[in-house]
Amino acid sequence: MLLIQVKDLYKIYQMGNTEVRALDGVSLSIEQNEYLSIMGPSGSGKSTLMNLLGCLDTPTSGEFFMDGINVATMGDDELAHIRNKKIGFVFQTFNLLPKSTSLRNVELPLIYNGEIKAHDRRDMAIKALTRVNLGDRVNHKPNELSGGQRQRVAVARALVNNPAIILADEPTGNLDSKTGEEIMALFDELHKQGNTIILVTHEEHIAAHASRVVRLLDGKIAVDEPTHRGKK
Amino acid sequence: MYIRTTLKTLNDAFFMALEAIHDNLLRSILTLLGIVIGVFAIIAVMTAIRTLESSINSGLNIFGSDVIFVQKSPVLQIGDHNSRRKYWRRPNITWDMVLELRDRMTGSEFVSGQDGTGGKTIRYRKESTNPNVGVQGVDEFGLEALNHKLEYGRNFIPEDIEYNRRVVLLGSDVIQKLFPFQDPIDQSISINGIGFDVIGTLEYKGEMFGQSQDNFVIVPITTYLQYFGSRWTSLGISVKAPDSESFDLIKEELIDQMRIVRGLGPMDENDFEVTSNDALIDTFGTFTAGIKLFAGAVSIIALVVAGIGIMNIMLVSVSERIKEIGVRKAIGATRNNILFQFLLEAVFLSLIGGVIGVLLGIGVGNMVTLVMKNVAPVIPIDWVFIGLGVCSFIGIVFGIYPAYKAAGLDPIESLRHE
Repeated sequence: MLLIQVKDLYKIYQMGNTEVRALDGVSLSIEQNEYLSIMGPSGSGKSTLMNLLGCLDTPTSGEFFMDGINVATMGDDELAHIRNKKIGFVFQTFNLLPKSTSLRNVELPLIYNGEIKAHDRRDMAIKALTRVNLGDRVNHKPNELSGGQRQRVAVARALVNNPAIILADEPTGNLDSKTGEEIMALFDELHKQGNTIILVTHEEHIAAHASRVVRLLDGKIAVDEPTHRGKK
Repeated sequence: MYIRTTLKTLNDAFFMALEAIHDNLLRSILTLLGIVIGVFAIIAVMTAIRTLESSINSGLNIFGSDVIFVQKSPVLQIGDHNSRRKYWRRPNITWDMVLELRDRMTGSEFVSGQDGTGGKTIRYRKESTNPNVGVQGVDEFGLEALNHKLEYGRNFIPEDIEYNRRVVLLGSDVIQKLFPFQDPIDQSISINGIGFDVIGTLEYKGEMFGQSQDNFVIVPITTYLQYFGSRWTSLGISVKAPDSESFDLIKEELIDQMRIVRGLGPMDENDFEVTSNDALIDTFGTFTAGIKLFAGAVSIIALVVAGIGIMNIMLVSVSERIKEIGVRKAIGATRNNILFQFLLEAVFLSLIGGVIGVLLGIGVGNMVTLVMKNVAPVIPIDWVFIGLGVCSFIGIVFGIYPAYKAAGLDPIESLRHE
């Protein structure tokens, strides 16, 4: 099933008199349960594409359907709702609320959902934390957790709303290689369980976990091919 | 649905506000201080005035009801040396004037003359009081005019007044001191060495403004003038109207007749002052209005300064939490979610200060009741709500700009912020 369909996507910034084409006609389709990595050198439009796919931004022109919904022309609050229900973010720097427990951090998307009772919220958050093997760290604050554990809390926060896609931006960038592999194993596991995952990275061995890699250059898709893993 | 979401947001924001206050404790306390002072000032003053008012309205009935009081100079003298000299130069009110006025007044229930002095020593056998007992001189209407109640014995009769009899009524403090276990009636006492026969006792009155109202004795006015009067003695006159409807009429008649008694020409200014309980309460009212106004001004200034402090702390809070705002937006917070969060934080911050101010204000305001006995503590509910309402208002007014700023942040920029 087609989850994301992007057609002729442009994002153009006006910097004084010069026009910066951050995205210069990108077309892309992502199936459900795909495991995709987006690569590219800095300035390639990698971040811009991620922001658009994450519904944090709107394109200058082009079509963008997510789950059959046209996202390209939405306003701020509609985008916020889409982000809340369809997307789970995992950031390089974890971005947890430092003064709140794991539980409260994971609950936060459910609070903004606004339709879930406090009791259910708690249950769902604990379930998500258990899925990332942190069932015993529910009441710990981020500064009481290791880097890998923090990132797993962040993954639990991304999972808790049952999003259509999990969007991970350099999820191992702040972790040592061993912990990084643990997190990647977690993503692999989530993919096996049926989640759609988009990895944004500049590290080949991280990208190799995905089954498909999209390489950007100067705002255009240069390469879109299956990885080793995808070919198997 | 929407209400539930709002309640959740409120609940969420409340705990986040507590967290933010806890994280920046010193800064928060300094900010709250302004709110506390502002609310404290108005609540303390209002509480104190409330207790005073309730004691005034019940206890300040120095004169009986429907009684008009005439004397040479005003009860409360406000003004410089010159105006005081003006009152002082007026001729004294004499007992003869009282008698003449009594003859002339037709509509009044009674016309009574009285005066008082202090610092006397009362002796009974070997017992003696401190030299601080008041002596009042009255006629047969004096008890009613001055709101005294006879407990045992008899009131003065016209003959006591006519023949300057040395008879006396005792206040309850004096009885307690000199006759703790004995009926004082028909006993002989002395006032500064002059012998008097006790003919009656007076009911306990209690304290006002921390002063006993029972440490005195009463003698016939004529006897009083004979032994305790001087060339400076000027009597007060109490005139009772039959009922409150005729009060104003009697007051007019009184002024007319008093002008004749004082021998004033048509163009002369009154050389006497007319007052009543209502007038006294009014005077107290204008006095407290000034205090209220002052406390109000102090409160407003403190609250505005505190409001600016809250705006400042919230702006700092927003700029310190840009990244947090970005994360919240990324995981689905709308503009309103963020706006609410910061607005409520400001309101809670200021309400916490408000509650502290209210509690302190009620506590300190009621200290009046420690000084004055027989006054019940008061909680000015209306002012509590006004105070907390103003706090919420301050929180909203000064919190809206920082909250608006936070809500308008771009999620991508905020996430990138370090």
